[in-house]
Formats: sequence, C-alpha cells, structure tokens
Amino acid sequence: MAEAILEVRHLSKAFGSNVVLRDIDFDVRPGDVTSIIGASGSGKSTLLRCINLLETPTAGEILFHGENVAAAHVNEAAYRAKVGMVFQSFNLFNNMTVLENCTVGQMKVLKRSKSEARETALRFLTRVGMAPYVNAKPRQISGGQKQRVAIARALAMNPEILLFDEPTSALDPEMVGEVLEVMRGLASDGMTMLVVTHEMAFARDVSNHVVYMNHGVICEEGSPAQLFGDPQKAETKEFLARFIRG
Amino acid sequence: MSAAATTGYLSRILFLLDHYSISFLRGAGTSLLIALVGTFVGCLIGFLVGIIQTIPFRAKDPLPKRVLLRVLRVILSVYVEVFRGTPMMVQAMFIYFGLMQYAHIHMGMWTAAFFIVSINTGAYMAETVRGGILSIDPGQTEGAKAIGMTHFQTMFYVIFPQALRNIIPQIGNNLIINIKDSSVLSVIGTIELFYVTKQNAGTYYWYFEAMTLAMIIYLIMTFTCSRLLRWWEKRLDGPASYDLATTDTLAFTSGMTRFEEPRAEDEDELTNRDLGKGWN
Ligand SMILES: Nc1ncnc2c1ncn2[C@@H]1O[C@H](COP(=O)(O)OP(=O)(O)OP(=O)(O)O)[C@@H](O)[C@H]1O
Ligand SMILES: [Mg+2]
Repeated sequence: MAEAILEVRHLSKAFGSNVVLRDIDFDVRPGDVTSIIGASGSGKSTLLRCINLLETPTAGEILFHGENVAAAHVNEAAYRAKVGMVFQSFNLFNNMTVLENCTVGQMKVLKRSKSEARETALRFLTRVGMAPYVNAKPRQISGGQKQRVAIARALAMNPEILLFDEPTSALDPEMVGEVLEVMRGLASDGMTMLVVTHEMAFARDVSNHVVYMNHGVICEEGSPAQLFGDPQKAETKEFLARFIRG
Repeated sequence: MSAAATTGYLSRILFLLDHYSISFLRGAGTSLLIALVGTFVGCLIGFLVGIIQTIPFRAKDPLPKRVLLRVLRVILSVYVEVFRGTPMMVQAMFIYFGLMQYAHIHMGMWTAAFFIVSINTGAYMAETVRGGILSIDPGQTEGAKAIGMTHFQTMFYVIFPQALRNIIPQIGNNLIINIKDSSVLSVIGTIELFYVTKQNAGTYYWYFEAMTLAMIIYLIMTFTCSRLLRWWEKRLDGPASYDLATTDTLAFTSGMTRFEEPRAEDEDELTNRDLGKGWN
C-alpha cells in the first residue's frame, strides 16, 4: 500500500467542556476517496476543520507526509495551500470575479505569474463548466455554479488532497447533480478526496472508503460494500436504516 | 455704490459678493481642504486602529506577541473613547494652547487644523472600520485561509475591500461632518469659511447677509461631496450584469481563449485594485 498522505492520530477536540471529537484515528492514501457520514452534530465538520487547522485540535496529531502539522511551530498557511477545502456555503470572495477568485491564491500564495495563474484558472474553470462566467461576480451566479467555482478555486492551487464539507447541502435539489458530477469526475481522475456528505449514493458509488461517525468517535469504517452492505454495529445499522427510510 | 447706501437684503448680498467673493472662496477652499485631508488621514488612522483591534490572537501565539497586542489595544481604546467623548472645539483649544504653553510648540494654522480633524476623524473611523471588518461573513476569512492566505493577505485582498465598500457611507458622513465642523477651528484662528464670514459680516454688521452666503457655500460643498460619494459607491459595485465569455475549448488549449479584457482600471494587478480605489 502507498505511503499515507495524511495520518490522523488520537485527534481530540473540545470546545470548552463540550468534547466534540474523541481519539480519532484514520489514514488517507493517495487516490483515496473517503466519505465521512454521520448524524448532524456528530463532529464531521469539526474533524474536517481540524484537519485544515481552521480549528486547533485539543490533543493528538495530524501527520502530513509524516510531519505533525498540529505542532506549534508549523506554518499553517503553507500547509493549507496544499490541502484544498470546499465549504457548504461556498465562501467565494464576494469582491472578486469568478476568474479572480481562482487566480488570487495562485498569485499571492504560490507566487505564480498573472498569465500562468489565468491559464491554470481557466483550465479548471473549463473543467467544471464555468469558463463562460469568468467575468461574473459570485452574487450573479447560482448556488451550483458557485460551488463549481469553489471547486475550481481549490483545484487551481494544485492541492494534494481536497476536503469537502457537505458541498451539496446548501443547494437546491436540481443543482446537486451538477456538483456531484464534477466530484465524480475528480474521483475518477485519481484526486485524493475527503468528503463529508449526506449523499449516501455518492458515498456508496464513488468512495473507496467510508467512515461512519457517531457522537465524536469513528463508530465504524470500511469499504462501501462492507459499510452499506453489511454494517457490523447497531448504531450504523440504525443510522443507515433511518437514512434509507428518509 | 457705497456700503452705507446699500440697504436691501439682496443688494447687500450682491455687494458682499462683489467685494468679498475672493475671501469667501478662500475660506471655503480652506474648509474643504481641511475636511478632505482630515478625512483622508483620519481614515488611514481609523484603518490602522481598526485592524489592530481585530487581529486575532490565540493561546498558541508567543507570549510577547499577546502582551504587545493587549497593551496596544488598551491604548487605542483610550484614544477612541477620549476623542469621541469630547467636543472637537475643546480638543482644538486643549491641544493648541497646551502645546504652546507647556511644550513651546507653536503649531501653524494648517498643521493644527489637519492634526485635530485627522485625529478626531480617526477615532470615529476606528469604530466604523472595526464594525466593518467584523460584519464581513467569517466564511470569507475561512475561504481565504483555506487556500493558504496569511492573515495579512486575507485582510488586504478579501476583507478590506468588502469592509471598505460597506463603510463608504460612513466615510462620506465623516467628510460632510468635517466640512461643517471645521468651522469650530475658528477658535484657534484657522481662517476657514466661518472665520472669514464672521470677519466680513463684522465689517458692516451684516450678519444675516454674510451668513446667508456661508449657508449656501457650505450646502454646495456638502451636497457635491455626497453626490460624488454616491457615484463612487456605484462604481465600486461594478457592472450590474456580466457578459458570457465565448470560450472555445479547442482554441483555449492553444492559449486563445477570449474572455472580456479587463476594464482600464482593472489593468493593474489585483493588488492595487479595490483597495487602491479606496485610498484615493
Ligand atoms: N465553534 C464552536 N464552539 C462550540 N461548539 C461547537 C463549535 N463548532 C461546533 N461545535 C459543536 O460541536 C458539535 C459538532 O459539530 P459539527 O459541526 O462538527 O457537526 P457535524 O457533524 O458537521 O453536523 P452537521 O451534519 O449538522 O453539519 C456540535 O454539537 C456543535 O454544537
Ligand atoms: Mg457539518
């Protein structure tokens, strides 16, 4: 098996006395598409945000290529540039056009030239089907379009791993498909992805690893076939049954 | 016609215009310049203070950094409270005469005027900027951090331009207030519009007529400024619609994509764009 890109070790996170994550352990290898599922409030977003250091873990380690990025001396910005993140609420820069959203990070963080940044941005915008909208401002496009731009913005940084936090949850139903389509394409191209999702079909069909979280711990994990076809824990069964019933 | 023979309201005004228009205009120019410089410098001060007050610090940061920030914040809040909590007229005399009597510094008319208006506006703008920064959706900061921007880059490229857009109405308010309130500087001998008006009025005891002129001139200045600011706001919002770029996927790979060329003011890098417009 290939070297892991990311190893999460004994990760815990508490907000005051509220312990949200307890002793989380898992690995992400190149090309992995890992889906994280679980009930609302089980700590999925917090886990993703800890991995990206948007939250400071209370205890434990996050090893990126073997280096603990949760340590005090680490340059967080440099690390985040290698780990892309797509948010539920898009978080596109409202003061910039679609194109600028995708070039600003390349120019200011990666110090790419303007023309190189444009070319890269256009390549990924074309890929998500948003190239015609380069001149639009975020407020002028739909939710699904915003999310596709957000994906292009993350991709333009050439991240080693891409984190998604419920990327389709804020979308109208008819726009979910276009975003999932883009994500499917990325997965089949071998992009390493960690996806928090309520889209069970996506978790089952696209990912090669599924993690079920419950009350801040990893309750069960395995291949989609295992987890959906033959769940071992009672909680997992119950969660899936609830979900399938709707 | 001599002044004594001029009796009607309108004819007195015409007389004043005829004989003193240069002096009125000079006074108006002085008021306007003080207001413009004071507002501009005040905004810079406000931005600086507002930024320092919104720098986040965490337990993880080294101790000296945390101590320094705390001390700085206390000093800055004292500054804001003192200058917002006292009248500018009193501040002007306090600083002007204080420096003269105890530090033997005689501030020139311009220095004193610029200094007092700037520092006063700065105190107001600091709060406005702080509010402006805090009002931006935290998602914007997270989006910027997620692509690896530093705190400074996040602020400069993402937060400020948006905060600036939101506080333009406040900047406009301050400018208009400063145009009017520069009149209090007459107490330290600044020869601005109100000072000039009083002087000219005193010559013939034509107070009503002279003040009529002052009213009209102040109104013209404030009205023009508020219109210009409105226009600037609109311009910052950019066009209401966008054109779809005609991207020919094949042509694109050979570097021939056609997307709308940036408008002239977009030419310089993003660096200077939105923010740059703000400073000028
Ligand atoms: N900044 C915070 N301060 C305090 N508590 C927080 C904070 N962020 C999250 N929490 C708490 O942590 C718990 C887990 O939240 P989290 O957002 O990670 O859940 P989630 O699994 O992503 O849920 P959802 O499916 O609704 O997005 C919740 O109980 C929440 O109230
Ligand atoms: Mg969540």
